[in-house]
Amino acid sequence: MSSATNFGPKRLVVGAHYGMRDWLSQRVTAIVLSVYSVTLVTAAFMADEPSYYGWAGLFAQTWIKVFTLVAFVAFTYHAWVGVRDIWMDYVKPVAVRLGLQIFTIVWLLACLAWAIDILWRV
Amino acid sequence: MPELASKRRPEFRNIHVSQIVQYRLPLAGVMSILHRISGAGMFLTLPLIVWVFDMSLTSELSYAQLTELSSHWLVKIVYCGLAWAFIHHFFGGIRHLINDVHIGISKEASPTIAKGFMAASLLVSALAWLSIFEVI
Repeated sequence: MSSATNFGPKRLVVGAHYGMRDWLSQRVTAIVLSVYSVTLVTAAFMADEPSYYGWAGLFAQTWIKVFTLVAFVAFTYHAWVGVRDIWMDYVKPVAVRLGLQIFTIVWLLACLAWAIDILWRV
Repeated sequence: MPELASKRRPEFRNIHVSQIVQYRLPLAGVMSILHRISGAGMFLTLPLIVWVFDMSLTSELSYAQLTELSSHWLVKIVYCGLAWAFIHHFFGGIRHLINDVHIGISKEASPTIAKGFMAASLLVSALAWLSIFEVI
């Protein structure tokens, strides 16, 4: 918004639109995750007999590797917004909440790194 | 004036944890809080889920070890809990997305939609549980 219209009823009263951005990202990542889940469950059911070679063969293909990576990243952001909402709703002391938020970020990023490592070993 | 002072106005505050059971939550509210609980559950068990993913893919040996471990009834119960959390979060999430585009938010439609998604969540969970215990 240009500074010329930044007054009166059109005045921008909030700065960064964090709320809107996170709310929307959670919805978009939800759609990515639901499409991925349905795809993975369908692919798993298409295999005749559950076996290591069938399962590893599925994850050896580039399309599923890429799709899984996108889903992992979407999951990380989705879970961050959701868990942060829980802390914001129930934990009022700022120091405790900050600690829990830092724990959440580290927990999610560590799991993401581990999952990427597994995915690229197949 | 003295009678005004003695008559206390009712104070409305946020629900305290100890009062939760006294409140009748509509089905849409039950769906909503279970969405949060299932999400938190999956967040907390995330390393376990990634570990299972690791075991299933690393080698034929680790796959066999995981299959062996997964045959234990206690592990199957954990899988049932995770399957429910995922399935409930999936259907509850779709309900939230539908409500986000202003469908089914009226007093009449909200419980109907909640009932439908709750039924779908429980039905698919039941199928998953039967599958985990190799009944079907």
